[in-house]
Amino acid sequence: MSFERIREKLSILADAAKYDVSCASSGGKRNNPKKGLGNNTGMGICHSYTEDGRCVSLLKILLTNHCIYDCAYCITRKSNDIQRAAFKIQEVVDLTINFYRRNYIEGLFLSSGIFKNADFTMERLVEVAKKLRLEENFNGYIHLKSIPGASDELMREAGLYADRLSVNIEIPTKSGLKLLAPDKKHEDFIKPMQKVKEEIIQHRAEQKIIKSTPRYAPAGQSTQMIIGATGESDRDIMYSATFYYKKFNMRRVYYSGYIPVLEDSRLPAIDTEVPILRENRLYQTDWLLRFYGFSVEEILNDSHTHLDLDIDPKLSWALRNLHFFPIDINRADKRMLARVPGIGMQSVYKILEARKFRKLNWTHLKAIGIANNRAHYFITCDSKDFYSQELAPDEIKARILKNSNSKYKKYFNHQLRLF
Amino acid sequence: MHSQTIILYDGSFDGFLCAVFLIYEQKVTHPIINKKNKSTPTQLFATTEEIHTEKQKAKRVWDGFKLKTTKTQQRMFFKAFLSEIKGVENTLFNYLRIVFMKEKTDTSIDYSNKDILKISQVAKMVQREKHRIEAFVRFRLTTDNIYTSIIEPDFNVLPLITSHFKDRYADQKWMIYDLKRSYGIYYDLKKIEIITIEGTVKSNIDIKSLSSNEKEFEALWRTYFSNVNIISRKNNKLHLRHLPKRYWKYLIEKN
Ligand code: SF4
Repeated sequence: MSFERIREKLSILADAAKYDVSCASSGGKRNNPKKGLGNNTGMGICHSYTEDGRCVSLLKILLTNHCIYDCAYCITRKSNDIQRAAFKIQEVVDLTINFYRRNYIEGLFLSSGIFKNADFTMERLVEVAKKLRLEENFNGYIHLKSIPGASDELMREAGLYADRLSVNIEIPTKSGLKLLAPDKKHEDFIKPMQKVKEEIIQHRAEQKIIKSTPRYAPAGQSTQMIIGATGESDRDIMYSATFYYKKFNMRRVYYSGYIPVLEDSRLPAIDTEVPILRENRLYQTDWLLRFYGFSVEEILNDSHTHLDLDIDPKLSWALRNLHFFPIDINRADKRMLARVPGIGMQSVYKILEARKFRKLNWTHLKAIGIANNRAHYFITCDSKDFYSQELAPDEIKARILKNSNSKYKKYFNHQLRLF
Repeated sequence: MHSQTIILYDGSFDGFLCAVFLIYEQKVTHPIINKKNKSTPTQLFATTEEIHTEKQKAKRVWDGFKLKTTKTQQRMFFKAFLSEIKGVENTLFNYLRIVFMKEKTDTSIDYSNKDILKISQVAKMVQREKHRIEAFVRFRLTTDNIYTSIIEPDFNVLPLITSHFKDRYADQKWMIYDLKRSYGIYYDLKKIEIITIEGTVKSNIDIKSLSSNEKEFEALWRTYFSNVNIISRKNNKLHLRHLPKRYWKYLIEKN
């Protein structure tokens, strides 16, 4: 192969793929029974880190950045005047194998612009995965993008070779999608998700009966939404996310702060800052929904459509619901313990364990590792030093903010100045 | 003043266990276990005893330890040993003593004991280094078709990373060489061997011994790395926390 040409393509097609935040290479254990190449321990390894501190785990590239569509938020869109390139199938296979053998990567994350049509594109993505698995005996991680509108048959095949499949929903609202990606249909996104979900369920069921059933997308499916491109509210975003989690058994939803790459009257101005703090608050909310037993309506609703930027969503919820507090650490159930600001899930389990032996006081709680400077406004324990009683929400908030040194403070100050 | 006995062993894990064996066998009262090296000064008020490593004796000690510990505790113990931190042998010995005093089959563990706590902390550090080395090893293909990597880990992690690389790279020959400790592991498509290289080993493999396309693949990797960076999200502090500078030397993408 001509290295010079490959290098040129790689720089174009890696650059075009980098805005996809998902780097997860975890999940989907695969071992290496036939002494082929690679294994996947299910843990995911970051082999390097970019200067923005993101994990580099996979070779994340587009097969091509030629595209027949013109989605406003996308750097690859048809009307954008950029260099175009396309990898041959074998070139992607060779790159993946050679990077993998040198311990640069955990595997491949392959996406693509849409050339000709959805099926024509999807077919080629599947072909890459198939070659890697069957010809190269490769057991590393493979994440394929499902091309919106691809046929059920191709989606079925894709899952036989890939560990994870994802369709990026990109725009959280239907109206936003209509505005920014006029030639894409909402149904086209839904269809492959639906198919993948059905296949996963069917394969799991069959596996229970027939051991030799091939595995299908063992690391499940995920999707990504762009944040801050269409003026959508945090409520819109999280309600959509909840919909995808529930409806399609998504493993993960990723939130990606919009990075202005194009001048377009429908989009935020080119010098708009990347909403990193907002992105972080959305991930925290996502976390609360998945692991802390919150429902989305509790955190975001008609009277509360945006997440607070200055405090995290759990604290914000607690301040709006002070009537539930204080709770008694030695008696409260798991559900309520998990709702106390400053107490993480790890600490919840430790508290439940430890209080079987003795009544817990402040010293115990500190040893367990709760963030007492937040938690003590909301709890009582086995101690005469009662919690700081009867403060108004604003006052608690002010005190906590004064004592906390958020790593995002600098963003926050910065963003405040914009208002 | 108590008279102390300094017990010198060869630096191997088996050797260390043999030192323990001797302490129990001869009821040594104030032992200090030290690694033997060329210039151990003679101590005025201590007797020095040098032991020979015997697999059988080591096994007896380890079997006894295994009876009263869980797998996790055993691994933790071994990892702490691999830290090679000065004096760790004596903390490990204290730990052993606590274990041997327990009832049979009692595998509970008291984290409020300072030696046990110390061992678990050190084991954690070693574990982290293991993960990092698994991630940061960079193989370079040489003319004799061996994927070769040189490392200089803070702790002696080669014994811990062997199985990971053996599982993963089962169909290629590879070698990982620890320059600091002057030994390596080599996989010849069938089995793992421990190797040493005569003469001085340089941290940089001679270009002449690299396979013809190696430089090209490295250039491709650098191209990839520089193109996935998003400048508007630059965060150097985070970058350095994940990728401390001391690892850069062997990272192709950082050179
Ligand atoms: S179809 Fe995909 S690649 Fe093409 S312009 Fe839209 S988002 Fe970009």
